[in-house]
Amino acid sequence: MPRIGVFVCQCGNNIAATVDTKKVAEEMGKLPGVVYTCDYKFMCSSPGQEMLKQAIKENKLDGLIVSACSPHMHEKTFRKAAEAAGLNPYQCEITNIREQCSWVHHDKTKAAGTVKSIDLTRMTIQRLKKNQPLNKIKIPVKKKAVVIGGGIAGIQAALDIAEGGREVILVEKEPSIGGNMARLSETFPTMDCSQCILTPKMVEAELNERITLYTYSEVEKVDGYIGNFTVTVRRKAKYVDEERCTGCGECIEKCPFKVESAFELGLSKRKVIYTPFPQSVPNVPVIDAPNCTKIQKDKCGACAIVCGPKCIDFKMEDKLETVEAGAIVVATGYQNMPNERFGEYGYGRIKDVISGMQFERLASSSGPTGGEIRRPSDGKVPQSVVFIQCVGSRDEKKGVSYCSKICCMYTAKHTKLYSHKVHGGQSYVFYMDIRSGGKRYEEFVRGAIEHDGAMYLRGRVSRVYEKDGKIMVQGADTLSGSQVEIEADMVVLATAVVSRDGADTLAQRLGIGYDKYKFYNEYHPKLKPVETVTAGIYLAGTCMGPMDIPESVAQGSAAASKVLALFSADEMAREPITSVVNRTTCNACWDCLTACPYTAIEREAIKDRQGNVVRWVAKVNDGVCQGCGVCVAACRSKSIDLKGYTDEQVFAAINAF
Amino acid sequence: MKIPYYPGCTLNTVAKQFDTSARESASSVGFEMKELAQWNCCGATFPLTPDNVIGLTAPAKVLSNASKEGDTLTTLCAVCYNVLKRTNKVIRDNREKRNVINGFIEEEYDGSVNILHYLEVLRDKVGFDKVKASVKRPLKGIKAATYYGCMLLRPFEDIGIDKAERPTIFEDLLAALGAEPVEFANKIECCGAHLAMNNEEVVTTLSGKVMTSAVGAGAELIVTTCPLCQFNLEKSQPKVAEAGSGYSPVPVIYFTQALGLALGQDIATLGFEKNSSDIMPLLKKKGIA
Amino acid sequence: MKIRLGNEDIQSASVRRLERITGEDVKRCYQCGNCSGGCPVSYAMEIPPTKVMRFLQLGNIEEVQNANSMWLCVGCLQCYSRCPQGVSVAAILEGMRQETLRKGESRTEVKEVPFPFLKKAPQQAIVCGFRKFVG
Repeated sequence: MPRIGVFVCQCGNNIAATVDTKKVAEEMGKLPGVVYTCDYKFMCSSPGQEMLKQAIKENKLDGLIVSACSPHMHEKTFRKAAEAAGLNPYQCEITNIREQCSWVHHDKTKAAGTVKSIDLTRMTIQRLKKNQPLNKIKIPVKKKAVVIGGGIAGIQAALDIAEGGREVILVEKEPSIGGNMARLSETFPTMDCSQCILTPKMVEAELNERITLYTYSEVEKVDGYIGNFTVTVRRKAKYVDEERCTGCGECIEKCPFKVESAFELGLSKRKVIYTPFPQSVPNVPVIDAPNCTKIQKDKCGACAIVCGPKCIDFKMEDKLETVEAGAIVVATGYQNMPNERFGEYGYGRIKDVISGMQFERLASSSGPTGGEIRRPSDGKVPQSVVFIQCVGSRDEKKGVSYCSKICCMYTAKHTKLYSHKVHGGQSYVFYMDIRSGGKRYEEFVRGAIEHDGAMYLRGRVSRVYEKDGKIMVQGADTLSGSQVEIEADMVVLATAVVSRDGADTLAQRLGIGYDKYKFYNEYHPKLKPVETVTAGIYLAGTCMGPMDIPESVAQGSAAASKVLALFSADEMAREPITSVVNRTTCNACWDCLTACPYTAIEREAIKDRQGNVVRWVAKVNDGVCQGCGVCVAACRSKSIDLKGYTDEQVFAAINAF
Repeated sequence: MKIPYYPGCTLNTVAKQFDTSARESASSVGFEMKELAQWNCCGATFPLTPDNVIGLTAPAKVLSNASKEGDTLTTLCAVCYNVLKRTNKVIRDNREKRNVINGFIEEEYDGSVNILHYLEVLRDKVGFDKVKASVKRPLKGIKAATYYGCMLLRPFEDIGIDKAERPTIFEDLLAALGAEPVEFANKIECCGAHLAMNNEEVVTTLSGKVMTSAVGAGAELIVTTCPLCQFNLEKSQPKVAEAGSGYSPVPVIYFTQALGLALGQDIATLGFEKNSSDIMPLLKKKGIA
Repeated sequence: MKIRLGNEDIQSASVRRLERITGEDVKRCYQCGNCSGGCPVSYAMEIPPTKVMRFLQLGNIEEVQNANSMWLCVGCLQCYSRCPQGVSVAAILEGMRQETLRKGESRTEVKEVPFPFLKKAPQQAIVCGFRKFVG
């Protein structure tokens, strides 16, 4: 006969106001197997816990129920107390009589609440009788991290992890780390030069002996689970030997072919052998193979001829490298929505309609104009510039419904840069609302209006067209209630921040969730902002949604601290709520394998003594399984059970109802 | 290829040249427009409020008649096209309304007819390549403004003949005919439409903007797809010219007249005399006639 | 101009009725001004489209009914086509026009239409004009 104790919590008045806790305790005492019951004001308080421990010892309890709040709140607390009193912690069960009972019943006579609490507790008691002691799963942890994405968030995460004494592989798709931030001119609200604050960090990442840079590389496959990931990285052929290249730049000098520069967003050209920008890290050029005549047609080869250390190899091929890692930080960043979607704004047709990021390049001292604001069509200095905010943002019909968050601030910055660089020039800003929540942000926008003379117009632009060589901007000023037409020399579109192309593919490889805009989902938007549903994979920066540099950096550091905490022990313990397969009844239909959202189910071969495979069965990888129970529902032969929630336990509870 | 054809009231009366030039041109590129045996007015406006179901009965009747003659229906007038296509969508997608409408018109129509504008027939059924190959009198050197107006394009999700903001179907046709389409600001802006009835001032302003932006962009000819656009432009042109600002009138013609011209039809049969602007000096200047 | 607001304005029965007729939801409008910016006739309207939506949000349907705006809208749908929230001001104005015409109040009497116009104009203009202006 089991010896069960039932502890009913009053939770101050939270439960006691609509539940007669004393009566619940008394009623439970009448059930077979229940040897001890009590009710108490706050079970979670220290005296409450002490009482519980003592009761376990004095009554030699082998299982206990705490009827209190949601298990999300204090299951851990009570299980710990039970463990301290010498019980297996999984012999402690919680009945939720607060959120699921007292809070939803307003009957002050306590009749309904009491009856329901009795029912719920009785069910849990019957369930507890079928409990098996469980032990935490111990997983060894490989203390190396992979950071995907070498923008500011990824760089920060890598630096912090390395600082904490752990090794990091930083994987970047482009030939250089730096990300979108490397493109920016100045940064709001301090107006310090983006490259001046970013490049020291890039160099630090390169020089840090615990950080290995895998540039021009992409993650192709991720296997394993927390503490034990195997990450396959495709290291695209650079056609330049990274080890031997000195970065002298002679090859770039001599390359006779030019193509449009993606880094400069089409505002200038680059050579076919190139580094994206002068401060690239690593300072090793790559050959753009589709455009290289040597690789395509075996003609030219000028770069190889001039290369001193002879490090150019036209026959180089992509390499697949596997990395064993304990944790992964995803910091893949964002891109801008293609402006071509907005035909009414003339992007692509009218040359002097550009994007905000292109304006950054025009204003950047390392950009195509050396930092002078010159319009793309004829190189003239524009005397009037119209900035249009919310292009694609807050536009459910053609773009995205969310606010891109950074555009209000960077547009204010653009108007400031413009007024500093073009004296006498006039900027106009069409906005819907100014969102400048942040330290010194509102003052920054006011400064753009009051000191730098930007003309802010509250309204959206309907269309942009050309008339007699001028760009006409037709919109509304809703504050005066009139239609507005402005003759502009240049128009800058603040286009929406969107997730990167291929963000969904990577998420599927990693087994992490994403929303309808393909931004990655954090585990909990408030309390677990850098974790994902897949243990051991963390997020940082704009791959989660629009955010500015300070936030991205903070998240990089937050993700790093999570990684370091994980790496602080040799083994990690995790809840043993995982599925288990009954190997004798499994008929290998693999429905569980397709159903499992975490790829936790593997095929296991059963062999005879000679080593011949006689049949296959499903096997659950405890490290990966999250205990969601989908496989249990999918299994046709009822061969899978979820530990802690076995069919036997669940049916016992239902029968007791 | 025979395609059932709905001319609509205006093409049967004041815009006869639009109709005849289209029929002639069709035969030169290999299809025949078979006028519906029975048809009525489409109502000339699609009711914008879902509450107004009665306004859908007239076009529904046309569609129901058309369904008895084939699975497609072509039309020329941009308004008729808009009304028929949108009504058809309502009947197809909204069962409740379909029942009400069918009750009124005493038919069982399900919205299965595919409504194609003549331009779509040329693009999708004939192919602009074939049109180009059939050109006998290329409109070489003529800078033409392709005026879409509103009804051919909006609303995009119901009409979808081409992109709402940057359409090219009309320019592609004119280019196939050998003309040089010009890009102009007001090519998808309103001409003033039925305000012609009680507000001439607004019509003159709006049509004036269309024409000045076209001519300002270098157009020597304006081509239209809608009899009401054609009417408003032609009627406003002298007033715009009179108002000064150096605007000088250009010929305004239906796109089917341009098509017929390029396909080598007898110029006398194209009904240019019915247009209020004279195209002949331009044709002579370009050595086309 | 001063607006005195009460619950009965915000929950205005006539605006709710208009919403029912037109299938539009005036709350959707966030007053960006795109419609007024793009409307070809907003220059001539006493109340431009964005303000029409604002007055309706405030429950002041009379203000809009007394303005010329609804008689100037020809339904070119540029407002709807570019509205980020998918609101059709054209439908709203048509709904208001419809209500007025259903009461038998015409904007234009048939006898006022000049004969030369009736003779020369495309039928579609006449049919459409009568449907939109004559009660």
